[in-house]
Amino acid sequence: MTDALETAANAAGLRRVAIDPVSRVEGHGKVTILLDDANRVQQVRLHIVEFRGFEKFIEGRPYWEVPVMVQRLCGICPVSHHLAASKAMDRVIGAHPAPPSATKIRRLMHYGQVLQSHALHFFHLSSPDLLFGFDSEVQQRNIVGVIAKHPDIAKKGVLLRKFGQEVIRVTAGKRVHGTGSIPGGMNRHVSREDRDMLQRDIAQTLAWAEDAVAIAKQLHAANRELYDAFGSFRSKMLSLVRPDGALELYDGVLRARDESGAILVDGAADQGYRGLIEEETKPWTYMKFPHLRALGREAGWYRVGPLARVQNCDFIATPRAEAARREFLAWGGGAPVHATLAYHWARMIEVLHCAEVIEELLADPEILAGELTSAGTRTGHGVGIIEAPRGTLIHDYDVGEDDLVIRCNLIVSTTHNNQAMNEAVRQVARQYLDGHEITEGLLNRIEVAIRAYDPCLSCATHALGRMPLDVTLLDAAGGVLDQVLKSADGSLVR
Amino acid sequence: MNFDTVRPEPVEGQGKPRGGFDRLSPNGGVLVFAWGNASRGDDALGPLLVERLRALALPGVECLDDYQLQPEHALDLLGRERVLFVDASLACAAPFEATPLTPQRDASFSSHAMSPAALLQAFVDVHGRTPPPATLLAIRGERFELGEPLSEAARLNLEAALRWALHFLR
Repeated sequence: MTDALETAANAAGLRRVAIDPVSRVEGHGKVTILLDDANRVQQVRLHIVEFRGFEKFIEGRPYWEVPVMVQRLCGICPVSHHLAASKAMDRVIGAHPAPPSATKIRRLMHYGQVLQSHALHFFHLSSPDLLFGFDSEVQQRNIVGVIAKHPDIAKKGVLLRKFGQEVIRVTAGKRVHGTGSIPGGMNRHVSREDRDMLQRDIAQTLAWAEDAVAIAKQLHAANRELYDAFGSFRSKMLSLVRPDGALELYDGVLRARDESGAILVDGAADQGYRGLIEEETKPWTYMKFPHLRALGREAGWYRVGPLARVQNCDFIATPRAEAARREFLAWGGGAPVHATLAYHWARMIEVLHCAEVIEELLADPEILAGELTSAGTRTGHGVGIIEAPRGTLIHDYDVGEDDLVIRCNLIVSTTHNNQAMNEAVRQVARQYLDGHEITEGLLNRIEVAIRAYDPCLSCATHALGRMPLDVTLLDAAGGVLDQVLKSADGSLVR
Repeated sequence: MNFDTVRPEPVEGQGKPRGGFDRLSPNGGVLVFAWGNASRGDDALGPLLVERLRALALPGVECLDDYQLQPEHALDLLGRERVLFVDASLACAAPFEATPLTPQRDASFSSHAMSPAALLQAFVDVHGRTPPPATLLAIRGERFELGEPLSEAARLNLEAALRWALHFLR
């Protein structure tokens, strides 16, 4: 299956599609679809982003700078990098675990980050065009109808994001370029005034988060056939879980399930991730393809992120999100839900969970007072794993006696999902490609599949004039049958 | 709803409030909003221009910056007399281009960043009213690799854009 996905049987006879330097640097999305002699989709490759340069950016820096400067790696999840690096550096300096106060404040920061990141999707649900393209068919009018009944989605999405950012601000010190988390713990408590301010808004946040789950569920119910089938494929799933099996986003052990939901790996310690996960490079992309080492490249790839997390865990330890999770599982009728579009529903369940956890932490006096840093015997090596909004994020460092980072390895969420995104796009291409033309409908559907994973893009991608989606259709001999460039403003160039 | 009770965040070096749901209340004055990543070469052009303007403490002008433009920034636009967006650009001619903006729905396959025109549309969606007059100042950049400094060409473009911005804000 993997070979079928990535390497055409007659690869020697096909033209290799070069990734031009601009696409590598600026992260525009590029999809290449290869047909076989019978005009069936044989191979699909999704080229997104470059993550090259991340490690070199960090190596040679003093370890104490790393939690702050890694925020520059991602403009969408800076807090996830901030905390994953901090956790790794706790180990490097022998200060693990961080004191309870520091851990709770970090956790509060992290759940604020996930809430605000996921709320962006809630906002985007306000535009059915963004959810399902511009050529809504009759069967999709139900979806538009659901959204039309909730005219205030956009406002709620924006205000939920604002709340999450306020959580980040009061824990990290600033909303952007925060410095709150340091190797060994935190450098500040939450002030009573800030805590009180957040508590005033948490009830409203919880209510809106429940609305978000309800809307996601209604969307699925409005067109079950479409939502279940679109870009759907079976895969393994990987995430952190709490040692007792609960959903866990800040710190835990690694668990993987197979396509049927059976546990493959459980309780794997974060420090030993390299025994569990192997990274493979491929000649056609700078992105690596991680997989479970024991299963090998062919069988060991997996999905991460909300869809994996809400199904990998045994339960969610907050009541409202647990009730939502049970409804989600019931949708699958006892089997794992593999639908690509179910990512949106799972995301909203996590929004609700985050709001509940934030409520609990705001009521905990240890965020206001208590020891903030730990100390211990330096080890010079540390791994920090966190569940970032889009999935498992791994930071791994070696630090020399001179305090400088010697070696660094990062595996970001989008890299874990690399194979899965390729598979989702291939499913869509097989389902919707008709003839030798990249229709606007096909283009829209490819975008919907990619957007469900919301892959990380290079932080430079927003530079004006970049960020097109480039879809190329090749025949069995490697000849270009069609090519379409779509810009963020919706304009098409063929 | 209590969301307008959130305490504003002080802006370093400016002493003005920032962030928080108080943005549901009108802000007033002129807003200069830039975005970019200071560690990605010429991507720093927008934040650098804002840094220069902020140091001048122009009366009636608030300067904000962020990593990327996102829908919640619609709250920052409320009640402004006018808005100047600033970003690095690979598409404009050197040294810069200034263009009036109108709301436009975003069609990006990614949710990672919004165009300023899409942010104006988000303003309409969130507030149900016409956004303030907005202009985009796009400053030509050349190199965007992680860890690179500002290029010499971008530095010159920045100076030219700053002169234009000071005239615009007068």
